[in-house]
Amino acid sequence: MWYLCVFFHRLLDFRKPEVESLAKLFGDDDGDGSLQWKLPQHHHPDSPFHLVNLPSEHVARSIARRSILVKGIYELWGEASNYEELEEAIKKYPDERKLPFLSSDTTFKINVDTFGKAISFQEQTDRIRKMSYIPFKGRVNLKNPEQIFWIMETDDYGSNNGLPPVIQRTVFFGREVGAPDRKLIPTYQLKTRSYLGPTAMDAEMAFLMANQGLVASGKLVYDPFVGTGSILIAATHFGAMTMGADIDIRVVRDGRGPNCNVWSNFKQYGLCSPISLLRADNNLPPWRPDLKEVFEAIICDPPYGVRAGGRKSGGRKLLKGIVKPYIVPDDKRLGHIPSTAPYSLAECLHDLLDLAAKMLVMGGRLVYFYPVLRDNTTERQYPEHPCLKLVAISEQILSLRYSRVLLTMVKVGKYTEEIALEAKARHLEFKENHLKWLEEGNLHSAVFSPATPNLDVDGDSKLGKDATPKYRGKYV
Amino acid sequence: MRLLTHNMLSCNIKGVTNGFPLKIEATKVIEKQVDLNVDFLKNMFLKVEWKALVEASRSMGYAELPEEADSSLLGSEEFLKKFHHALLELHLEEGALICPETGRRFSVTKGIPNMLLHEDEGF
Repeated sequence: MWYLCVFFHRLLDFRKPEVESLAKLFGDDDGDGSLQWKLPQHHHPDSPFHLVNLPSEHVARSIARRSILVKGIYELWGEASNYEELEEAIKKYPDERKLPFLSSDTTFKINVDTFGKAISFQEQTDRIRKMSYIPFKGRVNLKNPEQIFWIMETDDYGSNNGLPPVIQRTVFFGREVGAPDRKLIPTYQLKTRSYLGPTAMDAEMAFLMANQGLVASGKLVYDPFVGTGSILIAATHFGAMTMGADIDIRVVRDGRGPNCNVWSNFKQYGLCSPISLLRADNNLPPWRPDLKEVFEAIICDPPYGVRAGGRKSGGRKLLKGIVKPYIVPDDKRLGHIPSTAPYSLAECLHDLLDLAAKMLVMGGRLVYFYPVLRDNTTERQYPEHPCLKLVAISEQILSLRYSRVLLTMVKVGKYTEEIALEAKARHLEFKENHLKWLEEGNLHSAVFSPATPNLDVDGDSKLGKDATPKYRGKYV
Repeated sequence: MRLLTHNMLSCNIKGVTNGFPLKIEATKVIEKQVDLNVDFLKNMFLKVEWKALVEASRSMGYAELPEEADSSLLGSEEFLKKFHHALLELHLEEGALICPETGRRFSVTKGIPNMLLHEDEGF
């Protein structure tokens, strides 16, 4: 059945993939996870109003309740370009779909929502009074109604919310099937959290990532770059058991004191603490060799070298081959801190995809951020793996120079002996050509270098207007 | 560190072939109550190395797990409770994990195992 799906006007690229992921989580079909979508007449693809075909009202309600970017899902009783036409449309809508929700033993209320403009209370009341042709038999209950009906309209109010001008006024009337928990993000927002790092994932995005990873009760979720645990907090809220690793032991073990560390972040929200946090290197993972297919989801924000660079085991000189490995004297082994070297993005992602291919269960998901430059000259390419299928790509623009893209991959193929050997060969190649990879994958210099002169010639870029190179970090 | 983690870790020093299971040297063990999730336990039962879990729980002072176990036991509530307790409620807070082949000690402090290798071990 078709439903009206209304989104919050944010993170436009993330909206449909989230609904599709949740449909996969709550629906019982084994399809490829994509849904049928339609736009209301004259609406731009970035409009918050979409029509979506869902298998049942139960699925629609579950999606809406769990979602971060859905404002509500509605059974549409009428859609028109003015209130006279809306009346006709609602009257035409079959009685058997309407009457059960209008009967005398129900309670209800009517809400008015306008997109692009706030209207006065008086105007809202006027609109509600116009609906008197609908035979409401139930009692009005504003605080806790069983049925909520919505009048929603969008018009050219002059302000366009970054969208192309509205061509024609649209008025919707519908019955609310489900809406999300509005307290979720305020409860978990970063400013409420005691232990934070410089790249802690904001709560909204962490929940979105958990939804992309189909996180649910009893699933085991892993974050190989756990940091202060912000992604695992979202996963735990949805009932998952979690594990996290980080190469920096100060972050996971010490934090900022006994009551300000990763564990205390979980305690603060009354969440079950992770199964384990460990200090490990994603480049040399400590898993027993025969262990595979244990994680239902791997969700992470790899260090890609713009705000924080990755590290792996081994010193610079060691990897260049200038020096032989330092032999740690026996009496110093206990407190020895091994040296680390920069970890290029390419190698980091190779290791991550290989880990996911091996350690995810079939159908399990890898969800991670990938940085892209916004220079349009090169076609975007995303990491690939024979065992993994890319199912969603959502871009979040961070600055004029670069974006990060949330990639969702599903494990579709078994991790075979052949693939393992190939991965091993690649691993050695990375090790032998450490410097070359480090230079090629240097995103930091591309993002922070001064504007290139040919941009000035084009004259169409904002960068071109300002001759002095600017620090762009603040846009990130 | 809980025993589920112990069951997944091995010593990954280059050249080591029998790095699993790591021996546990427990200095401080604590217990934390966790809600029992039957689906999770059934799922994990298929993944764990049973013998290693039994041994590990013994070295933490818990000897209630049967020597052998197969999936028929998963119907028993009593068994699930014991399995749950061993897998998720026992924490190694302070101590070490010791490689059975080389004797290398991976220290566990504040519940966090340090699995990072030294320069002369991974290359």
